Amino acid sequence: MGKLFAVLVAVITLISAGVFISRIWWLPPDISVLGVGIDHQLMETMVASGVLFVVSQLVLAAFVWQFGDRGDGRAIKTFPGGVTPMVVFATVLVSAEILVLSFVGTKVWGGIFMSPPNPNALHIDVQAEQFAYYFRYPGPDGKLGATHPELIDDGNSNFFGLDPANDTAVRDDIVSASLVIPVDQPILLTMHSKDVGHAFYVPDLRIQQDFVPGLVIPLQFTATKVAKKEIVCTQLCGLGHYNMRGYLEVQSKEDYQKWMADQVAQQ
Amino acid sequence: MDDSPAPSLTHVHPQGFWRKHVFSLDHKVIGKQYLDLALVAVVTGMVLSWLMRFHLAFPRAAVPGLGAIAPNAAPGGMISPELYLSLMTMHGTIMVFFVLTTAPFAGFGNYILPIQVGAEDMAFPRFNMMSFWVTFVAFVVLIAAFLVEGGAPLSGWTAYAPLSAVGKDAGPGQGAGQTLWAISIAIFCVGQLLGSLNFIATTLDLRTKGMTLMRMPFSTWAWFITSVIGLIAFSVLLPACILLILDRVAGTSFFVPAGLVISDRLQPHAGGSPLLWQHLFWFFGHPEVYIAILPGFGIVSHILPAFARKPLLGPKVVLACMAAIGFLSYTVWGHHMFLSGMNPLSATLFSVPTLIITIPATIVTLLWIGTIYGARLRFTTSALFCLGFVSVFVSGGISGFFLAQPSIDTYLHGTYFVVGHFHFVMGVASMFGIFAGVYFWFPKMYGRMMNETLGKIHFTLTLVGVYCIFMPMHYLGLAGNVRRYSEFTDDYMKGALPLHRFITFAALFTGAVQLIFLFNLVWSRLRGAKAPDNPWQATSVEWSIPSPPPVDNFGGPPPVVYNGPNEYGVAGPTGDYLMQADPSGSGKGA
Repeated sequence: MGKLFAVLVAVITLISAGVFISRIWWLPPDISVLGVGIDHQLMETMVASGVLFVVSQLVLAAFVWQFGDRGDGRAIKTFPGGVTPMVVFATVLVSAEILVLSFVGTKVWGGIFMSPPNPNALHIDVQAEQFAYYFRYPGPDGKLGATHPELIDDGNSNFFGLDPANDTAVRDDIVSASLVIPVDQPILLTMHSKDVGHAFYVPDLRIQQDFVPGLVIPLQFTATKVAKKEIVCTQLCGLGHYNMRGYLEVQSKEDYQKWMADQVAQQ
Repeated sequence: MDDSPAPSLTHVHPQGFWRKHVFSLDHKVIGKQYLDLALVAVVTGMVLSWLMRFHLAFPRAAVPGLGAIAPNAAPGGMISPELYLSLMTMHGTIMVFFVLTTAPFAGFGNYILPIQVGAEDMAFPRFNMMSFWVTFVAFVVLIAAFLVEGGAPLSGWTAYAPLSAVGKDAGPGQGAGQTLWAISIAIFCVGQLLGSLNFIATTLDLRTKGMTLMRMPFSTWAWFITSVIGLIAFSVLLPACILLILDRVAGTSFFVPAGLVISDRLQPHAGGSPLLWQHLFWFFGHPEVYIAILPGFGIVSHILPAFARKPLLGPKVVLACMAAIGFLSYTVWGHHMFLSGMNPLSATLFSVPTLIITIPATIVTLLWIGTIYGARLRFTTSALFCLGFVSVFVSGGISGFFLAQPSIDTYLHGTYFVVGHFHFVMGVASMFGIFAGVYFWFPKMYGRMMNETLGKIHFTLTLVGVYCIFMPMHYLGLAGNVRRYSEFTDDYMKGALPLHRFITFAALFTGAVQLIFLFNLVWSRLRGAKAPDNPWQATSVEWSIPSPPPVDNFGGPPPVVYNGPNEYGVAGPTGDYLMQADPSGSGKGA
């Protein structure tokens, strides 16, 4: 029975690791500046933990294979070197890994969430609601006007609660159901929710951020490839959660200018 | 403690059916009641997960018979999105609270801990009875959520506000169902607080003569550490649930800010913080992971030496690591909130202790593997589940290495990678600990042996099954497949459907395999071979007494303990071990 266990664990380990290595199911190609660092960090962790996973499972399997009770009355043996080297080995190995990963990872994390606002970023206001995203661009005046929750009226497409009658800054604001952005342009999203918690997740950009009711949360990124990708919600928001999505359209600078001009013309 | 007289708690022989079997003060009956409740709960939770898995694999297919049971939520047997989320919420809640907390901690702890320390009962038998019945009421209240208008809640087992706090405007199930959820969990907290107090008092005050702290078995140590964790964790969740109930029914705004428009209605709340709920919940929620898994640590550390026929390697280090994990469990809750909008700097602060907690976990794992080296392993079903525990704990623990890093969590958070991770490390590993405990202690509890052949078939198929279910979830997560979706519509996740189908078949198969266990449990209780007092040649005090134990545990005064629990591979009077209550050992393992 011990040998069966050992074989099962070894086979499960090798198949599990093999599927990771073959990348049958893997991350989609990265289309962002920040994704490079995230992918690097993930790969480094994958290699380190993959080796630990395979080695520890195979050692477990080998010991179980080897040290079954064969009824021969053989003496038990203690682990060579005893406890201290093992504790020191585990502590040093894991600590070193933690230090390296934390040092590099903090830089990557800081690059995503702790960088100062880029003055050249295109600022887009995002509102999440059950079960859609709306994106608001400052119009030709370059200003985003104030929002008023009590004025929200989805029936009249006033998703943000804008007050064009009294607020000149909002009159030229452009509201879109898709996030259309120019390629290689730093983007600053200010994210807020109309109702409950939501999230913004684009696997191709490698970023994810919650919308938290009552907070306005900044998120910066730069897309590096022209593409059309899905934005999905990863924070449980109600019965339509599975169907809450928007689209990210990364366009060439020319196409983006044309799109923006069309939007302005439609105002 | 060493020199104090043996505790002399007069154990009253219960009279009558109700006192004997229902409202019993006997820790053994209460322990069995907890385990029976956990069994009902785990079957319920598993059936809910089958329905979810069926829907994920075949979103356009009706579940036979479901339309008749739930005509509104599942018209014609088709699982609606809201029913899917209700199933998910109830599955998580039932499994985490009523299975993974009750069985390894309250169930086994209640039955075994007093005997292992040489006490006739818990320190507060009436509180003990109350803790079970309070937990039972909590379970009934939770299940009642299925029956009220709008059905069961759909905000997940984490019940994030404001979805959970604003009432039925937030969707079906968010009315009476969510209120019952919050009431149930609040009641559950009371039960666990009573239980934790009892465990702590019993361990510290009722140890028999000679049972020094360092002579306590590893399982008792684990239950003791778990009860300390539970005392703090549930004391935070209880008021959090009360505040949530107040937000829902009394118009307060602890967790709801101003200006929210839900179902076209400006909500009458102002000044609350959704993040406050998340902090309170996860301050409980992360230690809860260790409430589920630390008893498994203790059970494996206790059982493995008995079947390895050699002492656990580094027993004091194992204890220190369990204590370190218990302490560190309170410093890491923010890793569930890296992307919640809290200050991003704090993410780095929560990341470091989360990574550091892998050090004691790694050391304990190495010590288990080192214990196997040079052993004479007896492959009983219980031993196999201990070995399986080590394997799945390694698998689940290693994927935690990814999620502990904010820079990687930014990609994997909210995907199936997380689902695979916590099911392995918290669900499957804990379940393997429970199975190891059942196969190990069943002879003591019921006086009959379980069928080993059925047990080994159960173990082998379960091991393969759980890997087929949860390892592929890591692949799904890497591919960006998000969790908590009732179906994958025409989008980038559609390509994952074949893998989802594979997982569903594996889940149904693994579930069916558990019928072997259930059969074994019932059959062995009625027809199993008579169990001797010490079928495993183990050392701790519960094996010095008859199987099943008499009502006062010892049939006389509690035994005096002379040895530690780790005396395997030594020359004893009856074999290669020395029992704790054996005076011939002259104080080994003090």
